[in-house]
Amino acid sequence: MPRTMFDKIWDAHVVRDEPGEIPMLYIDRHLTHEATSPQAFAGLTERGLPVHRPETVVAVIDHNVPTTPGRRLIDVIDQQSVVCIETMEDNARDFGVRLLGMNDDDQGIVHVIGPELGLSLPGMTVVCGDSHTSTHGALGIFAMGIGTSEVEHVLATQCLLQQKPRTMNIRIDGTLAPGVSAKDVALAMIRRLGTDAGTHHVIEFTGSAVHALSIEGRMTLCNMAIEAGARAGMVAPDDVTIEYVRGRRHAPSGELFERAAEQWRQLAADPGARYDAEHHLDVDDLVPQVTWGTNPGMVADVTGTVPDPAAESDPVLRAEREKALEYMGLEPGRRIDEIPVDTVFIGSCTNSRLEDLRLAAEFVAGRKVAPGVRAIVVPGSMAVRRAAEAEGMADVFRAAGFEWREPGCSMCIAMNGDRLSAGERCASTSNRNFEGRQGKGGRTHLVSPATAAATAVAGRFADVRDL
Amino acid sequence: MEKFITHDGIAVPLMRSNVNTDDIVPARFLKSISRSGFGRHLFGNWRYLEDGTTPDPDFPLNAPRYQGASVLVAGENFGCGSSREHAPWSLREFGFRCVVAPGFADIFHNNCFNSSILPVSLETAEVEAIAEGLADGASPTLHIDLPAQTVTTADGRTYRFRIDPFKKNSLMEGLDNIGWTLSHRDQVHAYEERRRQEAPWLFPRSA
Ligand code: SF4
Repeated sequence: MPRTMFDKIWDAHVVRDEPGEIPMLYIDRHLTHEATSPQAFAGLTERGLPVHRPETVVAVIDHNVPTTPGRRLIDVIDQQSVVCIETMEDNARDFGVRLLGMNDDDQGIVHVIGPELGLSLPGMTVVCGDSHTSTHGALGIFAMGIGTSEVEHVLATQCLLQQKPRTMNIRIDGTLAPGVSAKDVALAMIRRLGTDAGTHHVIEFTGSAVHALSIEGRMTLCNMAIEAGARAGMVAPDDVTIEYVRGRRHAPSGELFERAAEQWRQLAADPGARYDAEHHLDVDDLVPQVTWGTNPGMVADVTGTVPDPAAESDPVLRAEREKALEYMGLEPGRRIDEIPVDTVFIGSCTNSRLEDLRLAAEFVAGRKVAPGVRAIVVPGSMAVRRAAEAEGMADVFRAAGFEWREPGCSMCIAMNGDRLSAGERCASTSNRNFEGRQGKGGRTHLVSPATAAATAVAGRFADVRDL
Repeated sequence: MEKFITHDGIAVPLMRSNVNTDDIVPARFLKSISRSGFGRHLFGNWRYLEDGTTPDPDFPLNAPRYQGASVLVAGENFGCGSSREHAPWSLREFGFRCVVAPGFADIFHNNCFNSSILPVSLETAEVEAIAEGLADGASPTLHIDLPAQTVTTADGRTYRFRIDPFKKNSLMEGLDNIGWTLSHRDQVHAYEERRRQEAPWLFPRSA
């Protein structure tokens, strides 16, 4: 029977599947960070268990790190964050796990460094105690976020107990206009399908527009799959994937690489493979997208207006929209491009890779951040920072009035001191516009890196295509 | 693990859809390295007034009618967003043993079982009817029977729910998944031996 890509990866990883039980799935790569792992390691200690295969585990410190240049432990925002960082260091040492510490040359946001270092490879199962693990699916990986008890389970056994998710094909065709990028595609998709469309499903993104994206763009798309409720998102490996992986630090090399690549090329869905659900999007006419509310499905065109909740017939949804507008301090009918911002944040595992920074830098070059706007760029990893500096991008951002920071999650989750104050409005390249996500009372609008750059310059949401 | 068989308790309706894990426990409270201490931060952005300590009288969990609640009745797509298990930990520590909703986000749903909380999915209309009964009826209580897979209201309406039999059994027995998987360790080793031949690059000598 023809199989989907997900079926193939699943089948290759089932250790045990007996009637009346939940399938036992083997995990190839386990990434971990300081915010969701301490209780899992403590659980191992209580049980007196070692890590089953410590060489498959990589720990990184990203959520609590300060992003100020030249950071040291003393710059960490509070004592609890210091404890999180030191506990990760202790656990990595005690359990024999490789740690990428705060100032390690390879440090970065967990979902940026995984693909970058070749830690996540096509055909793998990858888990992390973090929902945006879906990002790694861009390489043709079944990658998903898990809870802390499951982190402990994988550390102890290298396996997870998982009911097999359903499959969904989202075919995306067409050609993106200049200034429109993967982030706009992701937001348009969630706007159309809703924040729970993907529940119980793994999404395979197919179609010409998907394969025209770079690996970085595919990561942005798969990163946002979780915002559509999906268990994971994935893109079948093609030549672009194979060339991306070739030569990465932890990727196989020489003959072994060719043998691996041969297998990776077989991963794409067989012709005629059946999915449990199918959707189709065309992106020919897509314009830059901006969220106006408090979930990633509340999206408008940058050229559009804030929608009127009264137009919604479902009373629960209407109430949700009214509440969102109240929180966001917006009125129905307001033109998106007339909404002023206080802060612009370019960063997060959605949009902090080299290509994202290039998209932003292109529009920033020779321009100035609008007076009164705080604009910061937080590269996704040390490697991204070094490359961006070598390309002169850091100077472009600084000359325009952006702050240029050290890598970390930063204002995406506001655990490290980078945050909005109540009522402050932010154009952010991150993935969640939930209430309080970037600081209590903060108002988040999700945008692409190019829109963020144009908005920083204009001081209000701006259509990058006009610049 | 704490067992779940039947449960009787006060139920509080929180009929908002897409309640996310940042709503359940805001990220700024995630910095504890233990599994406890999260109960007081449950719905940390909603439960209190501006000062962050005075209970907001308009928030359902603070209403006198629902004091001591141990069942939460919620809207569509409950627990979406982050994978943080701190969300069910904070619900559990606050006193919740069960959440009834039309649907749950996948990771949150898994996390509930690992935190001894029973997530019950019912039809939207059924959840709405239950919520109305809690708000208007004589007594805001529910009876949950896991073996029978039913939720019964104070006025005797019974709703049946579906649940994965393996998860049901684990919760009823208080089973430990890790122990169960370790009992099949031989199969894991056999898998690894086979896989090492098929895809040797997955078994390098170091990471
Ligand atoms: S950047 Fe944001 S979404 Fe990504 S791992 Fe960090 S906190 Fe999570």
